Amino acid sequence: MRTDLGKVRGLGSAKGGTSHWWAQRVTAIGLVPLTVWFIVSLAALTGADHPTMVAWISNPFVTVLLSLFIISGFYHLKLGGQVIIEDYVHQDGVKLVSLLLLKFATLAVGLASFVALLKISFGS
Amino acid sequence: MTRPTRPLSPHLGIYKWQLHMAMSILHRSTGVFLGLGLLAMAWWLMSIAQGPDAYSEFITYASSLFGRLVLFGFTYSLIYHFLNGLRHLLWDTGRGLDVESVRKSGMLTMLLSVLLTVAVWVYGYSVIGKF
Ligand code: HEM
Repeated sequence: MRTDLGKVRGLGSAKGGTSHWWAQRVTAIGLVPLTVWFIVSLAALTGADHPTMVAWISNPFVTVLLSLFIISGFYHLKLGGQVIIEDYVHQDGVKLVSLLLLKFATLAVGLASFVALLKISFGS
Repeated sequence: MTRPTRPLSPHLGIYKWQLHMAMSILHRSTGVFLGLGLLAMAWWLMSIAQGPDAYSEFITYASSLFGRLVLFGFTYSLIYHFLNGLRHLLWDTGRGLDVESVRKSGMLTMLLSVLLTVAVWVYGYSVIGKF
């Protein structure tokens, strides 16, 4: 006779718990300086018109920093959202669909932001 | 087989509200709300990429009373989540985990998040000469 615990002991969770946890910290650490820069810059651009915005974004430093903010932000959201879904959704089918939707949505909206950024920076 | 009956932790509803619990919930809520913030950022970048007309349409929404309320919410959420995220990163190194330190850094985060949010908005309004 084996207890439920005995059956699963030693099998592990078969999931990438540590690498997920670590990636969440890496994106968070990267977001620390980027977020300070982002908030200060946008506050300074309050009321800016279209040419001013385009000129600001086209500055290569700004293009790179905004790219990093977009990539780490959406990746961090994907990782964080995954934890939240796994906490609250327990039905396998619904969980799978929610996780897929989160993955596709963060990828699609992140890519849209990045493409828009490049289009502004390199001129249409 | 029958499972041994072990004590269960009490239902969530009976816990007394405490600072740490509220702040933990707020970290998660601001994280979700910031997800919407990234969606708004995508809209903002798309509108600039599309040209002056699309951008001024975006500005019309963003500068309305409702738009400003939402943007204020994004500012507060980002600053709170950022400061509380720093606490998480500190805890991950094994530091600041005793009850007294957690309470102190919690109070500091609550206070700073409000002050910094107001400072950012005062600065923003001063840029357009309205403060
Ligand atoms: C781009 C804006 C951001 C978004 C959309 C975002 C979103 C999220 C989400 C959805 C979670 C999961 C929350 C949970 O599991 O309860 C999370 C967790 C976390 N975030 Fe962010 N976040 C952002 C910026 C930041 C920044 C700037 C930091 C800076 C330190 C940060 C640090 C963290 C940390 C450390 C966690 C893990 C907390 C835990 O272990 O429970 N985030 N974030």
